[in-house]
Amino acid sequence: MSEFVLTDHPALDALERDIASAILGADDEAALEQVRITALGKKGTVSELLKSLGGMSPDERKVMGPAINGLRDRVQGLLAARKETLKAAALEARLATERVDVTLPVREAPAEVGRVHPIAQVTEELVAIFADMGFSVAEGPDIEDDFHNFTALNFPPGHPAREMHDTFFLPPDESGTRKVLRTHTSPVQVRTMMSKAPPIRVICPGRTYRCDSDQTHTPMFHQVEGLVIDKGSHLGHLKWILEEFCKAFFEVDGVKMRFRPSFFPFTEPSMEVDIQCDRSRPGEIRFGEGNDWLEILGCGMVHPNVLRNCGLDPDVYQGFAWGMGIDRIAMLKYGMSDLRAFFEADVRWLSHYGFRPLDFPTLAGGLSA
Amino acid sequence: MKFTYSWLQEHLEPTASFEEIVERLSLIGLEVEGVEDKAKDLSAFVVGEILTAAKHPNADKLQVCSVSIGAGEPIQVVCGAPNARAGLKTVFAAPGVTIPASGTVLKVGKIRDVESRGMLCSARELGLSEEHDGIMELPADAPAGAKFAEVIGLDDPVVEIAVTPNRADCLGVSGVARDLAAAGLGELMNPRIKPVDGAFPSPVTARLDFGDTPALCPAFALRVIRGVKNGPSPQWMQDKLRAIGLRPINALVDVTNFMTFDRNRPLHVFDAKKVSGDLVVRRARPGETLLALDGKTYTLDETMCVIADEKGVESLAGVMGGEESGCDEATTDVVIESALWEPINIAQTGRKLGLNSDARFRFERGIDPAFTLPGLDLATHLILDICGGEPSEVVLAGAVPDTTRTIAFPLTEVKRLTGLEASETEMREVLTALGFTVSGTAPVLDVVPPSWRGDIEGKADLVEEVVRILGLERVPSTELPRSDDARKPILTALQRRSRKARRALAARGLVEAVTWSFVSHREAELFGGGAPALALSNPIAAELSDMRPSLLPGLIRAAKANADRGFPDAALFEVGQTFAGDRPQDQHQIAAGVRHGTAKPFGSGRHWSGAAGSVDVFDAKADAVAALAACNAPVANLQVTADAPSWYHPGRSGTLRLGSNAMAHFGELHPAVLEALDVDGPLVGFEIVLDKIPEPKAKPTKVKPQIDLSAFHPVQRDFAFLVGRQVPAADILKAAQGVDKKLVTAVGVFDVYEGKGIDPDKKSVAVEVTLQPRERTLTDKEIEEVAAKIVAEVTKKTGATLRA
Repeated sequence: MSEFVLTDHPALDALERDIASAILGADDEAALEQVRITALGKKGTVSELLKSLGGMSPDERKVMGPAINGLRDRVQGLLAARKETLKAAALEARLATERVDVTLPVREAPAEVGRVHPIAQVTEELVAIFADMGFSVAEGPDIEDDFHNFTALNFPPGHPAREMHDTFFLPPDESGTRKVLRTHTSPVQVRTMMSKAPPIRVICPGRTYRCDSDQTHTPMFHQVEGLVIDKGSHLGHLKWILEEFCKAFFEVDGVKMRFRPSFFPFTEPSMEVDIQCDRSRPGEIRFGEGNDWLEILGCGMVHPNVLRNCGLDPDVYQGFAWGMGIDRIAMLKYGMSDLRAFFEADVRWLSHYGFRPLDFPTLAGGLSA
Repeated sequence: MKFTYSWLQEHLEPTASFEEIVERLSLIGLEVEGVEDKAKDLSAFVVGEILTAAKHPNADKLQVCSVSIGAGEPIQVVCGAPNARAGLKTVFAAPGVTIPASGTVLKVGKIRDVESRGMLCSARELGLSEEHDGIMELPADAPAGAKFAEVIGLDDPVVEIAVTPNRADCLGVSGVARDLAAAGLGELMNPRIKPVDGAFPSPVTARLDFGDTPALCPAFALRVIRGVKNGPSPQWMQDKLRAIGLRPINALVDVTNFMTFDRNRPLHVFDAKKVSGDLVVRRARPGETLLALDGKTYTLDETMCVIADEKGVESLAGVMGGEESGCDEATTDVVIESALWEPINIAQTGRKLGLNSDARFRFERGIDPAFTLPGLDLATHLILDICGGEPSEVVLAGAVPDTTRTIAFPLTEVKRLTGLEASETEMREVLTALGFTVSGTAPVLDVVPPSWRGDIEGKADLVEEVVRILGLERVPSTELPRSDDARKPILTALQRRSRKARRALAARGLVEAVTWSFVSHREAELFGGGAPALALSNPIAAELSDMRPSLLPGLIRAAKANADRGFPDAALFEVGQTFAGDRPQDQHQIAAGVRHGTAKPFGSGRHWSGAAGSVDVFDAKADAVAALAACNAPVANLQVTADAPSWYHPGRSGTLRLGSNAMAHFGELHPAVLEALDVDGPLVGFEIVLDKIPEPKAKPTKVKPQIDLSAFHPVQRDFAFLVGRQVPAADILKAAQGVDKKLVTAVGVFDVYEGKGIDPDKKSVAVEVTLQPRERTLTDKEIEEVAAKIVAEVTKKTGATLRA
């Protein structure tokens, strides 16, 4: 663009050299504009030359026309190029003054600060797993009556099995019924069976209460129970469901389970379930490997008396139930060591063990991913 | 329930190893809680013979001993025990061995310049007793080098099992043996108990006297043995009792304890000479007292059953005997009692008196009624063998009840309830081995449970017996397919709302807490609760006495606790239940939160970009609105009223409502409430009643309304109104919006000003109104017309004037 073209017109060449040098010498856009006016303005040197073409003979014009027009085009090109250069330099100079310290910390996004409590998160994990197996979620009141918490569940009045539950009592209501804080979520099963016709598949997560407090017991804790009632579900199905649950919940390919006969008033046969684990590493339990056993839940076939108490014929309907501590399985999965800390609302603990608000547990995306 | 392996072997001839037995116990429902095997624990300790013992050259109280452990050279050990002497057989531990009591690992050491290559041990160092006067002295014939535990008979592991409340029969070793035999681990040894011929009529008789109240004792049997010589019981009996943690007392008492654990047959012995007249089994009279064998005096009432003589109460039936008529070394004539008691009554009595005993534990679970008289005979044999004497005839008051019942047992029931395939032969064998009488033929058998299995009610119980003995591992894991129903949401609307509110609040930077459902009475009262119906009768602590009427007291308490730990800017929320009464419908699902100090939504504390200010009512309002919006509440249609419950600041709080339905409260906490809770402000909070949020009407399809995208630019116009200070800004917005609901698409407040230049009773509220033309661009004239209407309407509704 900016090369000098030697013509046969030394005067034009000289003019072109002067303009070019003026363009290159312009340090800002204003100076450059002055140069442009001097050359290409109404009375500019190049403009005057162009005007002079009108007074030339055709032969002369034939020679000078291209020469002068060529000069004008080259000057315009030089001006445009210089303008770009000056603009870029100006921008660069401006940018050079606009530096900030990007290492300065930003405020954390609220969604990075907020947390969901492990109990809520684990409950959602449970719901995700069991929803996939066709279960819905049933809930019931924390303040229960003796019938729903005990009698319907085949705890005879005065029976020693009632003593296994350290029950919180409330004063009797107007009808003289003594209220209790539910000692388990089983009354929700009773309410479900009394209000809904089989087939039933529900899980019942919720708060439960026992007047007990030490390192491993808190007066309030959380249970989830499951209930299946239909005309054919048996212990083998219960085994399968619990195996599927353990694999999904602990996110392992396989886990050995050991079913031991036990006793609960509301199931017959009754069992406790141990799962395979490895406790050889300090402060860590791995499931699905090792030679150790850890008890995680109780279960059994719903007792015929319970079915009868809920208006179901035990020769027609059958089913099973299981129950476990949500806090306990949360501790096992995520490694919290002290149950009491769940309820102390220490923001340090909650930030550490809590879950980010957008980490929804899903089977598609991974429960704890 | 504890027993030793050798004790078990008196009832079971095992065909399996000890390890197999221990594993199987858990798998048939007798969960092993622990195995204490001293022989294993002490296997490194051997018998050492002190060959020579010489005074330590540099210490007066130490000796340098040369100890033989059979093979090899004698070992030099420095020992400080006064009884270390040449010729003594004692316990030697070599370097590398861990001393049980201290946990220290022995090393070769130098004690005052003399090398010591091991240790001679006291009983305390071995964890065997508190004895520490010197090193253990073993029998002279103990072979040097032999395992110490075997030499003194410690090679008898103690097994502890957890017996479930339904299995009272396994509270005796014989019952455990029966289960194991049924499971194929050995042969049950069950020798017939020879009836005892009474040599004379019992000089003490007994009668039941419950008047016209329900009897608390079906059967009460006794016999006198006269001419006994009471003293320490034989070594074998003492060893057994000690092994399971009981203290031997004297032969007569030890026999009753032995019978309790061997056969689950609690008995009581009275010194016949201390009994005045005949025994009466009756209800206690109110205020009667008994000095029991535990040395405590109990005051009784008419709900309790006692055994009394002419002097008064001698024993608390089925729970504990009395000190006065107890047997001691001077006893020559003994009354042995074998009785049946009402289980629930025993449980209630024990609970009321706070009195636990091995007898109570068993009677309240139910013992074998048919063993009442054989148990008495077996105890008689033991006493005659140990103490001599002459037995009387048996006196029986009441009658041993016949508990025989027949259960129709369809063999298909096992498969139906468990999926387990078991043959008829297997099922019959299991039941028979457990003592059930099986008759009849398939498909329905007649099964009579044994007298000791009071827990067996029906066929489901028989299914359990069959599967637990055959092994639950045989039950096949069977897939439970989903039903063919279409997949539908499984959560209720309230469950969905709870989840959405939780995530929305956490996304605003609040941290979810789970606080107790109970608060103190004072806290309950401050937050609108405190009714007597919601006060726990047996709270675990005074500050956890009342069911919470609100989530705020727990959250405020938590915020304070965090501040006390040095974290004063907590933003906490909880999603949980509150209690307005004790009925199910009085329980509400609430999402509530608090912000303390400078816990603003976009960060707390100081920051280079600008320090966070104190939390204020609008932070709480924003939280509440965000959670409501997440729950699909019609946020745009909510009214905001300046009335909130008494625990909020009266001038800086509000309620979000739809008509009369108050869905949320928010605001600064009342200063008096904060003071009562001993918390420093600023502290704001909100409460959302999740169960009061209306659900949008169900629609037949998920199609959203067609969107109306206007091709014309919206137009903004600003207005500054002067209004009375008490006029809510919402009224201005509502009036402006109401002018033309189609054209006016948004009204916002961009400035509020009070102060200099303005009448002190007024404020200036600047609003921006957005007009959205739909068919064509608005002319200036049209815009002016709408603007004039807006001014007129706002003026009419609020008394505002346009600010000059």
